[in-house]
Amino acid sequence: MIRSYITFCFLSLAWQATAKAAPTIPAPEVIAIERERVEVIKRASTASVAIFEPSGQGGGSGVIISPDGFALTNFHVVAPCGVAMKCGLNDGRLYDAVIVGVDPVGDVALIQLLGRDDFPVAELGDSDLVKVGDWAFTAGNPFMLADDFHPSISYGMISGVHRYQYPAGTLLEYADCLQTDAAINPGNSGGALFDAEGRLIGINGRGSFEKRGRVNVGVGYAISINQIKRFVSHLKSGRIVDHASLGFTVSTEDLGRVVVDDILDTGDAYRRGLRYGDQITSFAGREIHTANALKTALGTYPRDWTVPLRFRREGKNYSVQLRLPGLHDPAQLVDLIQQQAVVPSAPPEGSPPQPDKEQKDSQLPNINALIPDKPELPLAVKSRYEEVRGYANYWYNHQQQQKIWQRYVGKNALEQLGTHWQIAGTLSSANRFEIRLSSKQGKMRMPTGQSGAIFAGELDSQLSPPGSGGLLLAMHLWQRMLDKGLQQFGEVYYLGQLPAGPDGELLDCLVGIYGGVEIRLLFLPDDGELVGLELYPADDADPCEIRFAGFTEISGARLPTLWQVRHGEKTFAELQIETWQNDGDPLFEQGATN
Amino acid sequence: MVSKTRSTIFIALMSLIAVDGAYCTAESQLSDVIQKAQTKVVKIFGAGGLRQLEAHQTGILISPSGHVLTALSYVLDTDDLAVILDDGRSYHPEYLGSDPVRELALLKLPIEDESLPYFDLHEDSTAQVGDRILALSNLYGIATGDESVSVLQGTITAIAPLDARRGAFTTAYRDEVYVVDAYTNNPGAAGGALIDWQGRLLGLLGKEVKSRVTGTWLNYALPTAGFSTSVNDLLAGHNSSWEPPSQLPELSLTTEVLGMRLIPDVLPFTPPYIDAVRRDSPAELAGLRADDLIVFAAGRQVASCRDFLEALTYHDRREEIQLSILREGELVEVTLQTEDENAED
Repeated sequence: MIRSYITFCFLSLAWQATAKAAPTIPAPEVIAIERERVEVIKRASTASVAIFEPSGQGGGSGVIISPDGFALTNFHVVAPCGVAMKCGLNDGRLYDAVIVGVDPVGDVALIQLLGRDDFPVAELGDSDLVKVGDWAFTAGNPFMLADDFHPSISYGMISGVHRYQYPAGTLLEYADCLQTDAAINPGNSGGALFDAEGRLIGINGRGSFEKRGRVNVGVGYAISINQIKRFVSHLKSGRIVDHASLGFTVSTEDLGRVVVDDILDTGDAYRRGLRYGDQITSFAGREIHTANALKTALGTYPRDWTVPLRFRREGKNYSVQLRLPGLHDPAQLVDLIQQQAVVPSAPPEGSPPQPDKEQKDSQLPNINALIPDKPELPLAVKSRYEEVRGYANYWYNHQQQQKIWQRYVGKNALEQLGTHWQIAGTLSSANRFEIRLSSKQGKMRMPTGQSGAIFAGELDSQLSPPGSGGLLLAMHLWQRMLDKGLQQFGEVYYLGQLPAGPDGELLDCLVGIYGGVEIRLLFLPDDGELVGLELYPADDADPCEIRFAGFTEISGARLPTLWQVRHGEKTFAELQIETWQNDGDPLFEQGATN
Repeated sequence: MVSKTRSTIFIALMSLIAVDGAYCTAESQLSDVIQKAQTKVVKIFGAGGLRQLEAHQTGILISPSGHVLTALSYVLDTDDLAVILDDGRSYHPEYLGSDPVRELALLKLPIEDESLPYFDLHEDSTAQVGDRILALSNLYGIATGDESVSVLQGTITAIAPLDARRGAFTTAYRDEVYVVDAYTNNPGAAGGALIDWQGRLLGLLGKEVKSRVTGTWLNYALPTAGFSTSVNDLLAGHNSSWEPPSQLPELSLTTEVLGMRLIPDVLPFTPPYIDAVRRDSPAELAGLRADDLIVFAAGRQVASCRDFLEALTYHDRREEIQLSILREGELVEVTLQTEDENAED
């Protein structure tokens, strides 16, 4: 009796089990989708980095964006690390990494993991396409849980786009960021926000917590990847990168009208014709209806970037290209980040802004004090680090300068150009021109007359021919750099890429400073060709802009024969070069150019 | 067990919609639903601004002519209240009335001949445990101007009576609420919309409260069905405009005559709480006590100390008066016999 009862129980259990199991077997499509999601997360996980401060005190997350190990993270994650950090990947290995560049305002840092040239990378997405309601997931190291360096994954929804989060402390500002309810917790800082297909759309770094303690309550923010894309080449320069400002301020008047309420008369905006009371209608292609929207859009641009600005006055619309000045004085920025570096690794900061007590009280530290373990830098890191004030890591800047310059000089055989140039050809009016340039002086003859410049002492007054903004001086500095090389030229640094091409294409920018003026040399990133020169005689003056084309072989060297020279918004001249004589040819001789 | 199985399948089906080939359409539909719902949610900025007293909350449009339903809170205690629509337009609303039990307030935007998008409270949508939800609110005041409110996603985890406290005080509302796993319990979220994936209103996000049992913050929403009648009454009550009597009585009723003192009237809408009751007074004889909240006087709703005092001035002190009191979540009806009347007896 008992036995049969037990049998019955077993049978009924078995029956129940089948009955329950049957409906839980999902349709094959569901399993396929599930598998796809697992694959997406698996792929995304390989590029996710667990970052540790070398002595094991704190850390955060990161994500690799190129096979040679460049990885993105937050500035507030690497600030306490100094030069070196340890990075764990989900292959279970720990890699040495070195600081490359920092963007303290945007809370972004670029580091390089060392030891491989085939690191797994995250595919970059387009954060401007992200919509509220899209699915997203974070990969990172919340609460430093991952002893085996496998990132924690948290799935959620995009809660808001184009969000602006006020600066916390003195520097940090999250403009145009993505808001998600996927969990972002302390330790997730610097890690990736992926879209449902596993494309990198942002770098997590902040959350709103307030009275809930430092644990996610459904509100996290990620710096948009489109902002970071503009900064990456600047970060690769090893510099402390600054954000852009406007040179004017605005206020929101009645609905939808954003009006200039103050403007610097020394800024580019003023020179482009913007005045007090003008209505800003669009910035960088975005319609502007509130001051907040302008701030949100502006915050995603690096210093020196050029953007289209549209404004309205008395019913008329104006459209100009605005060159954005920096948000900070460079020296001030360096001081500010040194202050911030002593603040212990902050987990993501919430809003609203609060006065930063630590910063108020702290003294300006010596930079060496920030790198306590400097003598013990791992060898791999040591060979890739050079300390220079104003740079996060000068080694990377030096590398970029050399790479760009050697390629340019080498491919065009420019070593023997010398310092006596005699150039002649026709203007667009078919009239003739002639330029004679030595290391001491330059002369240009045009139908309108002859003008000259002396290259000695302070150079900022030698801006002839009149209306060019300094064509002869720009040529002189270019010649000087070719003649003396980067080391002897004066101060030279690699700035990053700027949208300086004819259709806003990105060009690599080398900056040279000599005699109180600045020359910018613009190179095609792929080809390495020099396609532009920009001379900046002063902060409050328009540059002389020269664009090169028509590269032709002239006495052994490859040189541009079509020059467009602009100053302000006007074309000064379009030069078609027919003859170009260099060293050895007698200077200023009649009939040299027929 | 069965329901668990069902929800597993449900979730599996949902992920099918979310991640499969037809995924683009399904997902863009969801963002369309969200976008449409966001236009029915408003940002409210008012009193507060001190630490842990945020000066902002959320509301929903419930009529095409600009009726806004929101949480009854200190944020509304100002003459300088601003309601900002999804498109950035800002209005100073009129305060129409409140439901003190559910802690809801009804505002009216000065909009006449326009048809705003709104949630229709006559459409009764309900949800079950396991249903997917979206919570729309301006938590943390993240959105300003023409920026859209935030959206969080989650699931209904329970439908249960609210047993909560705010500070040391038990909340008045005790009926069933939707408990959700999205973090709806955040500063500024109160008054936001809980909707389903079709965009239908399921409930109104509640004020920040903690569980009386565990002390944890509760993520919950008042189901639409639980307040639609009351709110529709508020709407209707206001529409049948009440006219004050043309003549005031010779001797009006006062709190002094009734033997009660209200809490100090320091705000534009100080809720009419009784501060103290005099011994042997009509108030005490009727059973009134300190901390009782007066919600109706002589059949009219009173939302503030001022409302109550005004209501008394229309009332002859020789006549009895009926009050409705909110005490520990219960409505109590009392009739106060004034001393003058007693004297005549």
